[in-house]
This record gives sequence, structure tokens and C-alpha cells, in this order.
Amino acid sequence: MRWLRNNLVLLLGIAVLIYTFIPIFVVVLMSFNDPSSRLIYRFDGFTLDNWLHPCAPEGMCSSLGTSIEIALVATIGSTILGTLMAFALVRHDFAGRSSMNLLIFLPMATPEIVMGSSLLALFVAAGFAGQLGFWTILIAHIMFCISFVVVTVRSRLAGMDDNLEQAAMDLYATPRQTFWRVTFPLVFPGILGAALLSFSLSFDDFIITNLNAGNTTTFPMYVWGVAQRGIPMQVNVVGTVMFMISVLIVVGGEVNTRRRARALA
Amino acid sequence: MASTAGVAPATPAPASDESGRRRGLTGYFLLVPGVVWLALFFVIPFYSLVAASLFDPSGSVVSGYEMTFHFQNYPDAIREYWEPLVRSLWYAGLSTLFCLILGYVLAYAIAFKAGRWKNLMLVLVIAPFFTSFLIRTLSWKLILADDGFVVNALQAVHILGAEGRLLATPVAVIAGITYNFLPFMVLPLFASIDKIDHRLIEASSDLYANPFVGFWKVTWPLSLPGVVSGTLLTFIPAAGDYINAQLLGSPNQRMVGNVIQNLFTNANDYPAASALSMILMILIIGMVLVYVRRAGTEELL
Repeated sequence: MRWLRNNLVLLLGIAVLIYTFIPIFVVVLMSFNDPSSRLIYRFDGFTLDNWLHPCAPEGMCSSLGTSIEIALVATIGSTILGTLMAFALVRHDFAGRSSMNLLIFLPMATPEIVMGSSLLALFVAAGFAGQLGFWTILIAHIMFCISFVVVTVRSRLAGMDDNLEQAAMDLYATPRQTFWRVTFPLVFPGILGAALLSFSLSFDDFIITNLNAGNTTTFPMYVWGVAQRGIPMQVNVVGTVMFMISVLIVVGGEVNTRRRARALA
Repeated sequence: MASTAGVAPATPAPASDESGRRRGLTGYFLLVPGVVWLALFFVIPFYSLVAASLFDPSGSVVSGYEMTFHFQNYPDAIREYWEPLVRSLWYAGLSTLFCLILGYVLAYAIAFKAGRWKNLMLVLVIAPFFTSFLIRTLSWKLILADDGFVVNALQAVHILGAEGRLLATPVAVIAGITYNFLPFMVLPLFASIDKIDHRLIEASSDLYANPFVGFWKVTWPLSLPGVVSGTLLTFIPAAGDYINAQLLGSPNQRMVGNVIQNLFTNANDYPAASALSMILMILIIGMVLVYVRRAGTEELL
């Protein structure tokens, strides 16, 4: 009874955590499902078919390819733009700092439907209504990823003390050497984290993409389309793989930090 | 004199102010590309949206729209779509409340009770949310299905009638929104609870406050910054979301996002869609301002 009282909050917390995993269990389970009909979505029998033929449903893998392509380019673009801005915000002095902070905060605080519709209004007004597709999606994704990159890299930069850089300068390193041998390696984990976040934001975006995609189909749009008609089980294979990759990345990062901490100690 | 200035290595080349920030043009050069991108594709589009919301509603995408400063679009949109508008704010508000309860328990457990498992638990909070939003929502659709385990169990204990269902009800939509936006609540809450000095809570119990009073008078007020940013980060995207309403609800649970999306892509009624988008944005900004002001003063008390 006493034990229960001491650990009640922890147990409740673990219960909430389990709740967040319930849909993931279902996704993994359904990836092995052998459905009796496309219209009835329930577990009917075990099969490895979905894993052996992931590209069997028409259009799924091409939409997956489109999404990966867009996410890669959007990640590179937004990470570069956002990192430069983060350096300026932390390391440099300029006029209009508070409006700059507002400009970076607002895209994160605007509902996606509003951002998506205003971009669409711009594209239509500029005469691009017929050319919606890869490029307009890319523009939109870079736009909404920038803020998240700035915030992530900025917090890494701000938490860094500049003793090591001072030391490098004292040891006659040129500013360029100091930057590439000391500053950049120290900030790199933050940049990498920002890039991963951008990739996943871009890959998963539906609301803004759907408004600005024209005839291009990304993976979330493919899922949306089949959700009305009957869902091929291969969608769950993709979901499971996404989950495994993200777990590998976060666990890998965690192990890496621990190893480094031990090496330094 | 001039020669010593040239050799001194410790002097940073550009002048710095007290905060260690360098002056000069470099800062501007670093900012320009990102600012240009955000100005072109975030700020200017708002102008286009305002303009589109004032177009003559009799035009079409094909024949083109005429700018007639047709302010009537706004009252028309409210008259026609006040129901999904109110419903969006109501569903988003309820979901935010549920997120706050679940998220607070989780964030508190991670910050204060997890000990050496703290980092692992934090990672576990985020991990499920890297799987596609749509796939997770579809999986809730399966869990809450009419002949599914949850519905059968609720029917067995007579919470739901024999014909009762969860899908296509507000319950399913609100549950879906709560689930999908939970990490937006947990992370800011954790950041703020984790910073609380444990000695303050111990001091309150030394002064004979029972754990509930201690929580209410010490922990909760100190975690308020996290509560404010968490509720905002949950409420704002939740109010604009239409994926949960579409996949888990029925036309009776239609939210304003569904309407805007349909007006743009199916009905091609750009003026009404833009006006509705603007109304949603204005409502959200208004509510956020009131909320931040109230939360701010409560914090001071």
C-alpha cells in the first residue's frame, strides 16, 4: 500500500506512455495481416506477404519516393537557412531583434490550414494555379521547417560556453580554423537534430501539402486517398519501418552521448 | 602601436557588445536568405489571403476573380459556417484540457519519479509520433471500430448501449485529437517541471502542507510557463486540424478545417475559403491574447 502510494504517479505516467504506444502495436500487428477483403479492416490471419511485396499496391511506392525526395531537399534547404539564422541570432548583433524573433515564432503558432491556404492564395494570385506540384510543395515545406531548425540550433548554440573558442584563438587559430575545428563540431549535434526534425515534419505533412500539391501525390496524400477506399496492409509496413528507423536514430543518439560522456569522465 | 595591434591574437577582430555578440554586417548576411524565404512564402501569402477573402464571390478560378473589397464575405462565411467554427474551438479546447491532464501526469512522472530512466522515458514519449500522423489515426479507427474490442467492452459494462458506437461521434474525434497532439503538451511541461527546485517542495512539506496543498501552492505555479506554452502549442494546431474529424468522425463532427479544405479543392470557392481562414486565425489570435494576459497576471499573483 505504501509502495503504491509512493509510486502512484510513476505508474500513472507509465500508463500514459503505454497509451501512446497502443496505435503503434496495432500498426505493427496489421503489417502481418492477411485481410479477407479490402473493405473490412480487421486482423484476419498471419502472413508475411505484405513485408515481402511492399510495393504491391499501385502508386504507394512512387508516392513514398516523392515524399522522400521532397523531404531530403526540404531538409537540406531549411537546415542551411535555419542554421545561418540561428548563428546570426546568437552570435551577431543586428537591428530589429524582437521582430526577428516574432517572424521565427509565428510559423510555429499558425494553424497549418491557415498557412496552407494563404500559400495557395499566393500561388493562385501569382498565376501558378496550374503548376502546383513538386516545387510548390518544396517551397511550403522549407518555409515551415525553418523555424524549427532555428529554435533547435539556437538552443544548442546558446547553451555552449565559448571557452573552447577563446582557447583556440589564444593558440593562434585563425577565425576560420576556430570555426571549422571547434565551433562547428560542437554545434553539429544540434544541426543534425534539426535536420532529422525537418525530415520528419516534411515527410509527415498533410494539411499544407494537400492544398498546394496539384496532381503530385506524397505518401500522406496516398494514405488519405486509400483511407476512403480500403487500406492496403502495406501502409502498415511503411508505418512499422518508420517507427523502427526513428527508434534506431534516437537510441543510437542516446548511446552515442553516453559513450562520449563516459570517455570524457 | 600599429604593429602590436596586428599581432595580438586574443583580440577578437570585430567589436563586440557586452553580450559577446559581434557587430557588423555578417549578422545581416546570415539572416538574409532565411528572412527572404519567410517573407516571400509566409508573410506575403497572408496579404494574398486577405486579398482573396475580399474578392468578388461570383468569380471562379477559371474566369479569374475581381477585387471588389467585398467585406460581405466575412459575415456570409460566419452565417454559413458558424457551426464548424464553434465546434473546432470547442473540440480543440476539450482536447487541450485532456492533453493537459495526461501530459502533466506524464511530464511530472518523467521529471520527478523516473530517476535514471528519465532520458529513456523522454525518448519513448516522442518515438511513436515519428510514425505517420495519418497511419496512427487510421489505427485508432481500427481500435474504436464498431465490432472492436473497446466498443464491445464498453457495451458489456453498459456504458454504451447495444447499438452504441464510438466512431462517428465527438468522443472519437476528441480522443483522436488528444492523442495526436499529446507530445506538444508533454515536452514544454517537462522542460518547465524539470527545472523546479526539489527543496521548495520539501520545504512546503516541512511547513506541514499536505502533498495536495504542496502541489497546488508550489509545483503548479512554478510549472505555469510550461502549462501556458503547452496549451498554446496544443490548442492552435488542434483548432485547425481536420484529419481526426474526417477519419474518426462523420459529417456531424465536421470541423472548420474540413470546410476550408473543401471550399478550396472541391468547391473552388476561394473568397469564402480565404475569409473563413482569416476568421479562424483572428479567433485564435484573440483567444491566445486573452489567455496569455490572464495566465500572465495569475503568475504574478
